Amino acid sequence: MPDTAIAEAPARAATGGNILQVRNLEAWYGESHILHGIDFDVNAGEVVTLLGRNGAGKTTTLKSIMGIIGKRTGSVKFNNQEIIRATSDRIARMGVAFCPEERGIFSSLDVRENLMLPPVVRAGGLPLDQIFELFPNLKERLSSQGTKLSGGEQQMLAIARILRTGASFLMLDEPTEGLAPVIIQQIGHTIARLKKEGFTILLVEQNFRFASTVADRYYVVEHGKIIDGFSNSELAANMDKLHTYLGV
Amino acid sequence: MQALYAQLLVGLINGSFYALLSLGLAVIFGMLNIINFAHGALYMMGAFVAYFLLNLGGINYWWALLLAPIIVGIFGMILERTMLQWLTGLDHLYGLLLTFGIALIVQGVFQNYFGSSGLPYAIPDQLRGGMNLGFMFLPIYRGWVVVFSLAVCLATWFLIEKTQLGAYLRAATENPTLVRAFGINVPRMITLTYGLGVGLAALAGVLSAPINQVRPLMGADLIIVVFAVVVIGGMGSIMGSIITGFALGVIEGLTKYFYPEASNTVVFVLMVLVLLVKPTGLTGRAA
Repeated sequence: MPDTAIAEAPARAATGGNILQVRNLEAWYGESHILHGIDFDVNAGEVVTLLGRNGAGKTTTLKSIMGIIGKRTGSVKFNNQEIIRATSDRIARMGVAFCPEERGIFSSLDVRENLMLPPVVRAGGLPLDQIFELFPNLKERLSSQGTKLSGGEQQMLAIARILRTGASFLMLDEPTEGLAPVIIQQIGHTIARLKKEGFTILLVEQNFRFASTVADRYYVVEHGKIIDGFSNSELAANMDKLHTYLGV
Repeated sequence: MQALYAQLLVGLINGSFYALLSLGLAVIFGMLNIINFAHGALYMMGAFVAYFLLNLGGINYWWALLLAPIIVGIFGMILERTMLQWLTGLDHLYGLLLTFGIALIVQGVFQNYFGSSGLPYAIPDQLRGGMNLGFMFLPIYRGWVVVFSLAVCLATWFLIEKTQLGAYLRAATENPTLVRAFGINVPRMITLTYGLGVGLAALAGVLSAPINQVRPLMGADLIIVVFAVVVIGGMGSIMGSIITGFALGVIEGLTKYFYPEASNTVVFVLMVLVLLVKPTGLTGRAA
């Protein structure tokens, strides 16, 4: 992993200001009521992690923010603008980027096409040379079919393509799932560098060890509700509780 | 030998129509997942629009080549916005039934006003006559149809396979939800894609008008063969549709020469054989 600093990265966010405010968010898949009133905030420049067991509602929370879930109520404000009724393409154009759990690499597109697919929604996205600094493997595989990449490379591609767009708020859904420890470490370095660059990141993770290396704050999701939240400095004091919540 | 070349030419011309129509079907199936049974009726509308433009507006063939696909394409987009879009996520059968119903209505309306016999549409002056190639006589208009269809097919292939817009279309075929979450207005793109597919059918209709006359059932006669072409090429495969369209036209032409009795069934026999050996079609991918 090269450690060249990303040159002249724009200040995407002054740390501290509230960038995302979620209040009483409820969501349904068909008749199934999944989220039962989620409340949390993300401040600019932070890495916030949603923790929780399988099926707790973490992914649904991200999808609801992104406007992908058809039926949702409550309030989601991004940069003080209400987006609960906005379509996902409009939300993306406001500067929200989503990297799905299943990575969403397109098999009919090669790596270059996958990388260039999301349109630039605003200025300030990483140029390709900086993306290749972060993920040198991708440069060597540009003409390969997207789904022929290894799991780790696909994850890198899934993250890389949203960095181009100029979105300042990234939602990463389980970026380490199914990856080898060395790749997880590389993803961790990348997230740390993105944070340094001023990106705000909302992370969903089951891998608590990984999350603890990058997150500023944590929220615990259970049965479609936020049941606890604490900062990284309070982590040690909350370890027992956390083990109970996560069942580890 | 002259007869063989003549049948080859007829095969290439039929292949041009098969390719243009199956390309439109492949684009629509690939992007919208709709088996568009209205395609033949829309092809017929293209020919009728050219006829109306000439006889009511004095607008010639060359303008009709541009205007008829746009007019019928807009009609197609209205169909997509008002009806087809509500079928998203439902079984293919619903789309098939709806578009079949649309085809019957459109054909019925035209039959009601124009009967079943053909209306004449003259070959434009610039494309009249023929060329003696030594081994055969080539009517210029027929040569033009083959060359122009091939050019349009290749341009469509280039648009879908080699441009950023095409990348959006291919990606939206796989995962429209995610493509939309990247900031792309997928519903609008789907409407435009349907318009493009329908426009290709209308273009084939205009090209066909001087050769086959303008008839309300001209599309109904052709569409079954075109569906066989799409199935053989692989549902949704762009290059597969183009190659198979031309190839099957030629095979049909050759069969007319060597064993005329089988010329109407050879395409379907090939379809059965391909389905037995490769159920996804020659260039199709497994779902």
